[in-house]
Amino acid sequence: MHVASMHFVRRAHDKLGDAGLQKNLGTFKTRFVGARARAITELDDFEGTREAAREIRQRALDNLDTYLEMFEKNATANGATVLWAETPADVNRLVLAIAAKHSVRKIIKSKSMVSEESALDHAIEAAGLSVVETDLGEYILQINDYEAPSHIVGPALHKSKEEVSDLFAKRHGTARKTDIGELCMEARQVLRQHYLSADMGVSGGNFFVAETGSVVLVTNEGNATLTTTLPRVHVAISGIEKIVPTMEDVATLMRLLARSATGQSISNYVDILTGVRGAGEFHGAGHMYFILVDAGRTGVLDSDLRAALRCIRCGACMNHCPVYQNIGGHAYGWVYPGPIGSVLTPMYVGLENALPLPHASTLCNQCGVVCPVKIPLPDLLRTLREKQVERGLRPWSERAGFRLWSWVAQRPALYALGTKIAARALRWMGGADGYIRKLPLAEGWTSGRDMRAPPGKTFRELYAQSKRN
Amino acid sequence: MDDPLANAAARDNVLARVRHALRRTGPDPNRAAAAVAYVARHVHGPRSAMPADLAARFVERAQDMSSTLECVAHRRAIPAAVRRYVDALRIEGADRAGVCWPEFADLDWAGAGLQIECRPTSGGDRLGITGAWCAIAETGTVVVLSGADTPTGTTLLPDTHIAVVPATRLVSGMEEMFALLRAERGRLPRAINMISGPSRTGDIEQTIVLGAHGPFRVHILLLD
Repeated sequence: MHVASMHFVRRAHDKLGDAGLQKNLGTFKTRFVGARARAITELDDFEGTREAAREIRQRALDNLDTYLEMFEKNATANGATVLWAETPADVNRLVLAIAAKHSVRKIIKSKSMVSEESALDHAIEAAGLSVVETDLGEYILQINDYEAPSHIVGPALHKSKEEVSDLFAKRHGTARKTDIGELCMEARQVLRQHYLSADMGVSGGNFFVAETGSVVLVTNEGNATLTTTLPRVHVAISGIEKIVPTMEDVATLMRLLARSATGQSISNYVDILTGVRGAGEFHGAGHMYFILVDAGRTGVLDSDLRAALRCIRCGACMNHCPVYQNIGGHAYGWVYPGPIGSVLTPMYVGLENALPLPHASTLCNQCGVVCPVKIPLPDLLRTLREKQVERGLRPWSERAGFRLWSWVAQRPALYALGTKIAARALRWMGGADGYIRKLPLAEGWTSGRDMRAPPGKTFRELYAQSKRN
Repeated sequence: MDDPLANAAARDNVLARVRHALRRTGPDPNRAAAAVAYVARHVHGPRSAMPADLAARFVERAQDMSSTLECVAHRRAIPAAVRRYVDALRIEGADRAGVCWPEFADLDWAGAGLQIECRPTSGGDRLGITGAWCAIAETGTVVVLSGADTPTGTTLLPDTHIAVVPATRLVSGMEEMFALLRAERGRLPRAINMISGPSRTGDIEQTIVLGAHGPFRVHILLLD
């Protein structure tokens, strides 16, 4: 997928001024947050479960070589083929090679964010094959000329039903529906035909289970179940970090995944798929492939951001992020929006290609508090800011400013004089009512709010004064 | 020409990068043994207390997930229960017809005024009648395993899925389901499908609509 993260600031401004989007984000802000808050109270020991989930994911990462080899061995023993992709381009190449090998013409897909990284659908179409997304949100985006997803759980949450109505009428050539139920039924009928006629199903993978060589797929629509049940070939694509050691680990993580994502106690369909169709079985793929994707994961594993790979893609961090809640997902400019996206995007596409993202946060730690695997997102964002400084990627004015400040701060007399002048200047600027409406070099701050003027004396002066009294 | 699926080099490169990231020069026998030993222990995470009456919990949670339920006293009562259910739906058309798994082929469907055929479905059938391998009380979940006599599509493609769940097959959580699988089956089936209510979507304005792709309704007959 094309990376547009460098345009974050401009796009965030556009999104704030987009009345339609702001209306659509209105319901979003409260619904998932409220549902999650209720759902976590169903567990006797939510915090203990969260800590166990953190340990499970961290254990998997700290022993990733062992568990990847265990997964490969068991998946292969069960009749699947395990393939490895070093880059996003490898993912596309492998999918097309599998399709060619099995004379596939039509591919159906259930949601795979990893395949968004490599823009797999475009590669499939460029090869002359057809591909249909089956997750309703992804389908809506696909028929809107592959609009980018704005959320990892609800990719089309930024769209209103009116937009979907227009789109369906245009693409399906049917009478315009306005009822959400009717729109869903229209999509059901269109997609049902595709399920029944597809040769190959491509899914993501919520978890790869090392002990059995299985993939776990989680959906509410049941589209992953259909995608992996009806076609004769199944390809499951996911990052190498999605390994978990045992089925019991899956059980623990499943207590948190749906609760953190949508506030459900469990998703409607949870499938554990292992190997190929057995003797006499009517449904199920006769050929099963796993594509284990690196595409930057080993780089994150080899960094002080390893904790980010614990992510189970619930979306709670973005649901609770005040920045995401107000601008939606598109401004982030790549596959993963919100706090986790601001950590992963720079690591996957290059720090220099996503400079604004680690700064697209107030570090309020809502994301860290709700993360089911306790990823310390604000700490990781701060680490990325430090990396930008270390690599000389900050603008010269910022670097010069900090150098100047550091030089002055090391000279106490000069520092006292400087702050004394500044405190008085700010007081003077505050005028009669004590509010500064425009501050040179900080217009971005004062354009949206007034700043209370300081009292005109520095802390040191006030402290000395209080000592005398 | 090279096999486009020949992949050993990529595999070795990825694993080498993983080991480099973990500061290992090769497979580390001690660490690996500990990682393998962890798997063998099948450690449980924290569990919520389950009531002694698993059936009551199952019924409550299945309803929370928008399944409907009825208790039936014995197998022979299943066709009449299905008939009552479809009549109560008051849906126009042929909702009295459908398919079932072989384990229910012997029931007197015609006697209840239903046209139920014992075959897999390729779509187009209104009722899909299946058993359940087990059911999970904690989440109100019906578990089916794929197999020659348990075609997966019967749970998915018909408009209505009716699942017969023997009360003796209720387990408290997913962990007990896995333990049962290890005890009763040597190897895993192709698919373990855990079904908690009908297919649903919230992808348009977060409005929940049932019957996104799969069944509009999941009705559970809890067999004593």
